[in-house]
Amino acid sequence: MSAYGAKLRPYLFLILLKCCDFSFMLSLTNVHRDVPTRNGRFHILKGISFEAQAGEVTALLGPNGAGKTTTLSIAQGIDKASSGTVRLLGVDPYRAGAGLRSQVGVMLQDGGLPMAVTGERLLQHLQRLYQHPADIEALMDRLDIQDFRDRPIRRLSGGQRQRLGMAAALVGRPRVVFLDEPSAGLDPVSRQIVFELIEELKAVGVCIILTTHLLEDAQRLADHVVLIRDGRVEAAGSVEELTSTGLRPPFTFRVREELTTEQQQDFPSHLKLSRDELVSDSLVWCVAGIETPADLHALTAWMLKHNVMPMDMGLNSKSLEDVFWELTAHDHA
Amino acid sequence: MTTLDLAPVNKPHSASLVSKVLAQGRYETRVTVTNGEQLLVSIILPLLALAGLYFTDLFDSPGGPSTIDIATPGILALSVLSSGLTGQGIATGFDRRYGVLQYLATTPLGPVGLLLGKAVAVLMVQVTQLVVIGGVALLLGWSPAVSGLGFALLFVALGALAFTALGLLIAGTVRAEATLAITNISWVILGALGGVVFPIAEFAGSVFINYLPSAALGNGLRAALVEGNFDAVSCVILAVWTVVLSLGTIRWFKWR
Repeated sequence: MSAYGAKLRPYLFLILLKCCDFSFMLSLTNVHRDVPTRNGRFHILKGISFEAQAGEVTALLGPNGAGKTTTLSIAQGIDKASSGTVRLLGVDPYRAGAGLRSQVGVMLQDGGLPMAVTGERLLQHLQRLYQHPADIEALMDRLDIQDFRDRPIRRLSGGQRQRLGMAAALVGRPRVVFLDEPSAGLDPVSRQIVFELIEELKAVGVCIILTTHLLEDAQRLADHVVLIRDGRVEAAGSVEELTSTGLRPPFTFRVREELTTEQQQDFPSHLKLSRDELVSDSLVWCVAGIETPADLHALTAWMLKHNVMPMDMGLNSKSLEDVFWELTAHDHA
Repeated sequence: MTTLDLAPVNKPHSASLVSKVLAQGRYETRVTVTNGEQLLVSIILPLLALAGLYFTDLFDSPGGPSTIDIATPGILALSVLSSGLTGQGIATGFDRRYGVLQYLATTPLGPVGLLLGKAVAVLMVQVTQLVVIGGVALLLGWSPAVSGLGFALLFVALGALAFTALGLLIAGTVRAEATLAITNISWVILGALGGVVFPIAEFAGSVFINYLPSAALGNGLRAALVEGNFDAVSCVILAVWTVVLSLGTIRWFKWR
């Protein structure tokens, strides 16, 4: 029996090591959230699972009302999950105390900034809550806050509040930062400032979790995209992964006039011809199965034989936007 | 220009509870004294009430204590109501509405730090009120019973706790606009009819009013400062209210 135990020991050790694996700064496992309403319980989240790592931007993407902000609130520990497990830096954030809070920075969607004080005073105050805060002068320089540092927050524009909110989230030099719609309402210059700062945080190993409904932002910033729709994770992966798979064939061409039945029937059999369902123009066709130059040659040979001259054609690398619309298509149909 | 170092601090590094509470108290005090509305309810309105009572000779009775001697303890009680109930109630109500409480709960300050910080701020404002209102009253000829000063401070502290708890209870359970309305109306009603400024004997059938926290505070302060006595009954009533209102706040306060 004891010999058996000795044999197992290395494995037990490995299992133990795996359990204590903190490479995930944040993990949500099968998180549900429902609220009582007059007509029974309303399910906001129906089983959300994802992880976020250090030095990466994880973007929660989804249409309005999908449950992004609720997911974020639960991950931050502001809100409580109805069921499921949440681990932020290895602990349950809903029960965590000041120790965890000192390592996590939060920027709420509607700011949560006190209206009567100036940005400078707020940052000075927040600084006193930490032992090793960031230099707020440098932070104000960086986020271009200096010009309005002594103005009460109620007099600031949306974009100015947004930048101040970001500064507030970073005062404590956090390991994990939550940014709810960080680019909402920003002009191009401010956007650039915020995006560069996010890149910089990534470079020093901060784990960044942000929500956005702007695909552009996710495409530009995210290492890992979690697509949330109707309280569920619809798809997750890197931008490349999400855009290289999917329902839409990557080759399309547009013809001048309707293809005849004969032309359609004579199409190379190893390729699949179909109308592009995603555009209203019935003259756009999709071709599935083009993977080699030979496939391409078979296609153009067919065009030569039937005298089909396309108006435009091309291999499309999908954007995140295509994936998004595919996955949400039946909502907008 | 200093360089920005955002390299994460890879260990818990919250400031100690004491420094956080002091920081929050300092911050809240500053917000209060630079806010015109707060200044109005905490200092100006009680001063106006004091002046009003002084010039109308409402409490004059031949052979009894002077108007200013009866009025001042009531006005001090009124100012406790102002800063605790109205001031903190309204400020907290709007902070809650704008998500400030939710935001602060995500910082190392935490709920406990926030509440203690607010208590520190109320105390600071109260000290200011005592100095300003007491000072003006002394100029108008107020001569408090020196032996009752300690009792008076006890009642002020208890009252501050009770009415801050009531303010937070209202702010933490109803919408900000409703908080604004309720706390302002309660200030007027409790202030005028709740035994704060006017001794209960002025009203007929005032048995119930004596059990209100406002009357307990007013009666306690008058007993202490007019006669130099300790009003034990009022003290117990106020203490019970303090406990009940604090428990209610802890039980029902919603951060958002």
